[in-house]
Amino acid sequence: MITIDDILETNRMITENKLDVRTITMGISLRDCAHPNIEQFCRNVYEKITRSAEFLVQTGEDIEAEYGIPIINKRIAVTPVSIAAEACRTDSYVPVAEAMDKAAKEVGVNFIGGFSALVEKGFTPGDRTLLNSIPQALAGTDLVCSSVNLASTKAGINMDCVREMGEIVKRTAELTRDKGAIGCAKLVVFCNAPGDNPFMAGAFHGVSEADKVVSVGVSGPGVVKHALEDLKGADFTQVAETIKKTAFKITRVGQLVAREAAKRLGVPFGIIDLSLAPTPAVGDSVARILEEMGLEACGVPGTTAALALLNDAVKKGGLMASSHVGGLSGAFIPVSEDEGMINAIRQGSLSLEKLEAMTCVCSVGLDMIAIPGDTSAATIAGLIADEAAIGMVNNKTTAVRVIPVPGKKVGDTVEYGGLLGYSPIVPLESRYSSEAFIARGGRIPAPLRSLTN
Amino acid sequence: MKLVVTVVGRDRVGIIAMVTRILAENNVNILSINQNIMDGFFNMILIAEISESKLKLTELQKILKEQGEAINVEIKAQHEDIFNVMHKI
Repeated sequence: MITIDDILETNRMITENKLDVRTITMGISLRDCAHPNIEQFCRNVYEKITRSAEFLVQTGEDIEAEYGIPIINKRIAVTPVSIAAEACRTDSYVPVAEAMDKAAKEVGVNFIGGFSALVEKGFTPGDRTLLNSIPQALAGTDLVCSSVNLASTKAGINMDCVREMGEIVKRTAELTRDKGAIGCAKLVVFCNAPGDNPFMAGAFHGVSEADKVVSVGVSGPGVVKHALEDLKGADFTQVAETIKKTAFKITRVGQLVAREAAKRLGVPFGIIDLSLAPTPAVGDSVARILEEMGLEACGVPGTTAALALLNDAVKKGGLMASSHVGGLSGAFIPVSEDEGMINAIRQGSLSLEKLEAMTCVCSVGLDMIAIPGDTSAATIAGLIADEAAIGMVNNKTTAVRVIPVPGKKVGDTVEYGGLLGYSPIVPLESRYSSEAFIARGGRIPAPLRSLTN
Repeated sequence: MKLVVTVVGRDRVGIIAMVTRILAENNVNILSINQNIMDGFFNMILIAEISESKLKLTELQKILKEQGEAINVEIKAQHEDIFNVMHKI
């Protein structure tokens, strides 16, 4: 029998500590949509998405109401378009992005991911077409998200693509300059991208997935922080134990939602992504958890260790609560989407370099960081190369989602609203150039640890 | 299927009567009630069996919410599984 205390605790987590399920994401394969005629391909894509996800939003809302747990986002991830559209005789995939956007609006989801390419070892003609289409596709659509995997532990780093992505990020910023370069908030560059990640902007439906699949991303930084508030001065064993227990409870709710959603939609359950995803709302911040552990401000020495403990304890607790775990599964540290991170940048305790160090011990990388608009493509490519190297060598996912906001400089702020939040412009080392390094191109060979056989 | 109803608000005459009348009218059987007053605030947690009801859970939730708002109390009705999964292994 459930006790009164259990009921009160759960409802306090939801109402006071902002416990929610961050996203239900339906993965949809587009492999059966291929057609040489791009118009026919787009019709196939539109039809498959709208047919498969017709009841996704309604189902999410029903579950939300019945269990009383907010489900913030309902989303769709599709097969990387560079693969699905490769047979089309065309030099632009922008119409595909438009078809995805239209389908997403038709079914009522708030993002659709998969305008993507997997190029860690090399480019096919389809990959080339996709990369060239990214800036215009993101500028001309509202809900489409794009991702490019350009490195992996097994394959090394595709430095030609690193160079190109620096330029593509800049072009995307330029084409969406009237909206604070919001196109860049929908574009992420990966190393070791998982094919079952339900979170945006990096969600795509991996090529080894079933035709359709439902995955869930949990959240709950506020709940973890609240649990630690009762542990002032306690040692780290107790801190880790408390985070594990809390993560277990959070994840059990995610598992319930995933199981119900899969059953009602008649689609297999994929994975639970055990991530602590913050929002810009006060009380929903990962940075504030680190500060609760005793750091005066996020970014001071000790921050990386605190984050490592948090990330590990969340996984250990969550793992036991779910039948299948996957995706990114770790604490997120997106700057503009985390009230505590924004504050830390503003007061100068947190720098881009410290964020880079933090990405070694959590998921996912340099995320939602607004940088000066005059940052060069080569400097952005350098950031991407560094993050890819961290991911490649440490056998983990890393990513870069930076936003060079045209016309903005250090001291300015950019505002996106909603979950994307707002951010002061973050300073970065740009007095000296990475140009000659990035211009080399070619591939950085796979590291020794790729040879595991 | 069991339902957990929580009611919170400033105390007044007739809160329990109102909630239980709605449940009875919709063939929802009450299994347990726990209620008290703290600092003038009414708190109640009620567990009920909803399987025999013809209403869908979301429809019943809507009625409870609207009627609760009319007398200034917040009424939440949730499927019990969210509490079970969180607190039981």
